Amino acid sequence: MAQIVPLVGAAASTTGASRAFGTSGLRASDAQKESIASFMKDFASVKPSTMDNPSTPSDFMRTLKEMPTSIPDKLTLNFYMPHEVEFAGVEVEQVQIPATTGDFGVLPGHVPTVAQMRPGVVAVTKSSSEVHKYFVSSGFAFIHADSTTDIMAVEAVPVDQLNAEVVKKVRERSPPHSSTHTPGKETESTTCRRRRG
Amino acid sequence: MSGNGLRRTATLLRQLRSNNATAIRGAPAFQMTSVQSVGEMGRSAANESAPYGSRFVSLQIVQQRMKSVGNIQKITAAMKMVAASRLKGAQVKMEKSRGLVMPLIRLLGDLPGVEAEKTMLVPISSDKGLCGGINTTVVKYSKAVLKLNEGKERNVSSMSIVGEKARAQLVKAYAESVKNVIVDLTKVPLTFATASLVTDSIMAEGAEKHQVIYNRFQSVISFRPTVATVCSSETYEKAAENGLNKFDEYELEGPERSEFLLDLSEFKMGAVVYNALCENSTSELGSRMQSMENSTKNAKDMLGRLTLLYNRTRQASITTELIEIISGASALEAKK
Repeated sequence: MAQIVPLVGAAASTTGASRAFGTSGLRASDAQKESIASFMKDFASVKPSTMDNPSTPSDFMRTLKEMPTSIPDKLTLNFYMPHEVEFAGVEVEQVQIPATTGDFGVLPGHVPTVAQMRPGVVAVTKSSSEVHKYFVSSGFAFIHADSTTDIMAVEAVPVDQLNAEVVKKVRERSPPHSSTHTPGKETESTTCRRRRG
Repeated sequence: MSGNGLRRTATLLRQLRSNNATAIRGAPAFQMTSVQSVGEMGRSAANESAPYGSRFVSLQIVQQRMKSVGNIQKITAAMKMVAASRLKGAQVKMEKSRGLVMPLIRLLGDLPGVEAEKTMLVPISSDKGLCGGINTTVVKYSKAVLKLNEGKERNVSSMSIVGEKARAQLVKAYAESVKNVIVDLTKVPLTFATASLVTDSIMAEGAEKHQVIYNRFQSVISFRPTVATVCSSETYEKAAENGLNKFDEYELEGPERSEFLLDLSEFKMGAVVYNALCENSTSELGSRMQSMENSTKNAKDMLGRLTLLYNRTRQASITTELIEIISGASALEAKK
């Protein structure tokens, strides 16, 4: 069911909501700390005395900043791929994401969303003059309540590196995948090839 | 050692003075000495206790020992160079793989203590040896987590072992719980696609909670054993309902909730496994570099000690030769 979210962020509903998300966000991270603490306690009771407790991945993550009380000016964008980190904590104005339910644009103050991406173009607007476009094979995008956007693509190619004629030839040879693919299972994307333009 | 040479010389002189003409002719048959402990400084036991005529055998033994230690030094130095040259590339790849895991942990939570009835352990180790203690570390932590799960009622643990070294150590003791063994991963290039295939075979067992145990690369000399937890979609659904993660606060753009969580849990597992494989291979290279460096240093020290021993032995035997000749000559002159 295609849901066309207007490009303007829903400001009124999210200011109050982000405060609520703020507090339950704290609750969730407390629950995470409790889970880790109970695991470490159980571990300490069975391990030999010379062994240390293991770490968990959240030990190495930066702690999240406090939830902002007002909508920030810019989005903080993280664009990750398994083999590359395209953007990490970069401030941008707007991002357009091709979700399976339809394209939508993200501005600061966007409602927290979890989106599954279909093969399409992600357009990152760093400023009014600087727009970066990437063709992504598939993946997920998370928009958090503090206007941090995480885009995780299995494969992403800057659009200017794609050669239109080669893409046309490949498409004629093999039709594109359906977009309800699970990204974890995908071993090769036939619609996306790295080519020097 | 000159002290030893002097002692031998004094003994020989006494022998010659007492046995006059028969000293040189009456030498007993050549006898092999036992292999001496080469590490002892200058106290060549074989030289002291060996009968006359057998002093050159210990020199040969020392020479042989020196040659083999020299070879070992060359080999370990070469292995260290190889590991060092590969380490940089592996480290870059590993750092890039760290990004993908973080948003998924932020959304779905890092919940090692979550209650589950079927737990799958995934210890990640290397295929080749000579890499220090990292594989034993992973096996020790796996055994501790297995014991932890045994202590809980209604908890069945199984294992999917990645890497030959962990397999060798775990398969004997825990044969019934091993469901999957994945070896020779170093023979194919490590990509997200490979990690996805590994993930598929692990998640096909249908466990509710997966705990991936690997060595996280902190620096070339420091590796941190880490346990990463990825649950099945049903466990994440329950966790979201109980407020353990924040999933329910987000709007969903995509398939409906349970299918979305299934996709997300599989993607998270793929990302975690890919990251764990990268971290472990970088740790393996760093640990191998370190242990080969230690071996080279030890071989160099041993070679130095053997060289000293060789020189002393050689000098002592030359001294005794000279004494014999001179004593024999002076005995003959005295006879005249």
